[in-house]
Amino acid sequence: MARLKIHVDQEKCQGHARCKSLAPELFNLDEFGNAHEIGDGSVPDGLEDKAWLAQANCPELAIDVVEE
Amino acid sequence: MSDAGPVMPDHPPVTDWFHDFDHTDPRWTEDPFPIWDELRAKCPVVHTDRFLGCYLPTTYEAVRQIANDTEHFSSRRVIVRDVRPEITNTAPPITSDPPGHKPAKQLLLPPFTPDAMRKLEPRVRAICNELIDEFVGDGKCDAAARYTKHIPVRAIAHMLGIPEKDGDLFIKWIHEILELGIKDDAALMRAVHEMAGYFVGHIEQRKKHRTDDLISTLMDARDKNGEPLSDNHVLGSLRLLLIAGIDTTWSAIGSSLWHLARTPADRERLVAEPALIPTAVEELLRAYAPVTMAREVMKDTVISGCPIKAGNMVLLSFPAANRDPAMFPDADKVVIDRKENRHAAFGLGIHRCVGSNLARMEMTVAIEEWLKRIPDFKLDPAGQVTWSEGTVRGPRQLPLLFGKAG
Repeated sequence: MARLKIHVDQEKCQGHARCKSLAPELFNLDEFGNAHEIGDGSVPDGLEDKAWLAQANCPELAIDVVEE
Repeated sequence: MSDAGPVMPDHPPVTDWFHDFDHTDPRWTEDPFPIWDELRAKCPVVHTDRFLGCYLPTTYEAVRQIANDTEHFSSRRVIVRDVRPEITNTAPPITSDPPGHKPAKQLLLPPFTPDAMRKLEPRVRAICNELIDEFVGDGKCDAAARYTKHIPVRAIAHMLGIPEKDGDLFIKWIHEILELGIKDDAALMRAVHEMAGYFVGHIEQRKKHRTDDLISTLMDARDKNGEPLSDNHVLGSLRLLLIAGIDTTWSAIGSSLWHLARTPADRERLVAEPALIPTAVEELLRAYAPVTMAREVMKDTVISGCPIKAGNMVLLSFPAANRDPAMFPDADKVVIDRKENRHAAFGLGIHRCVGSNLARMEMTVAIEEWLKRIPDFKLDPAGQVTWSEGTVRGPRQLPLLFGKAG
């Protein structure tokens, strides 16, 4: 099965923090509240739906989800 | 009237929304949604000669483009008014453009992260219950006057380190600036001066003795050259926090309770499934987004095929964008468990509301605590719901009956 990898585009992220709220296992916020993928962005088994959900709720279209 | 200064005449009623829209018209105030739907079906951006010339984008795409285009659209004026006096009172970062915007905004972001809001949450929960205690035994209340209005005022006062009881003063200033100020410049200036006088006192106190609150945080902040902010910058930011942080969330909580009062199925579902409330909050923010911002057109451009001329204002309607069926399936319905929701209630682009995490927390807590204490309620047929005019939309009278009463 394809593994997912996520990435937050720092040029686009404006700190709405929807991703952190919906998928706290996959995103961290910095001191300004902007989001970053945890680690190298690899999505652990079982969290795929949360990755897609976070992407679908980002108002700035800042989250990429790619199948490796 | 004599000390109120010149008041612009009342606006003539709108008969042609396509060529002559007016967001202060009573029809817009009462029920703007069909107006936006009608305009959106005809053209993504419409224009009015009122307000010295103003555009209104009604599609999500046009709103998104304008919000992201700081080259052609300036934030130096963020309220559409009858007059455009010289700019004297700024409120950075909301009235800032690049490159000054980012440093001003970064000063305000750390106190408003979700983690910071989690520390404030117990106080907000207590505020909600203190308010409910006062009217729950009556079997009814005006929820706008006795509940939704006081939650954000007391929360922001708590953050700023000023007495929660001064809240009524803040509510008066906000009304004068955001509602009366559209047509009455003197009322706006008077409120701005009173507010400045009030905060200067609190700043002076903290020059002698720093306290653990947001005013002290701003006073201790340093710009990129290591210099402290000017008193004027601190005052502008305090003005912004008060204006932006209060009637906005007041409106959002009020519209949410208004919806739940009229929609028993949604109310019963949230009572049975409180874990759904954060998702519901996003949908209520989409459907009843309270805040419409503004931009000033600095250079001619084209948006969604529509020519845009410099010198006009733009009424940047995030609420209308949120109702665009091209972006949201069933855009005109409240889908309380909507899964995909890229709503623009807190704006898009660099001016994303700095208090969005605070507003979300306040809304969630206010609805949770209300539903725990008053799970069954409806609009009081003996009363009347009224809505605020202008830039921020929400119920200003919300008469509710509790339980099986009535």
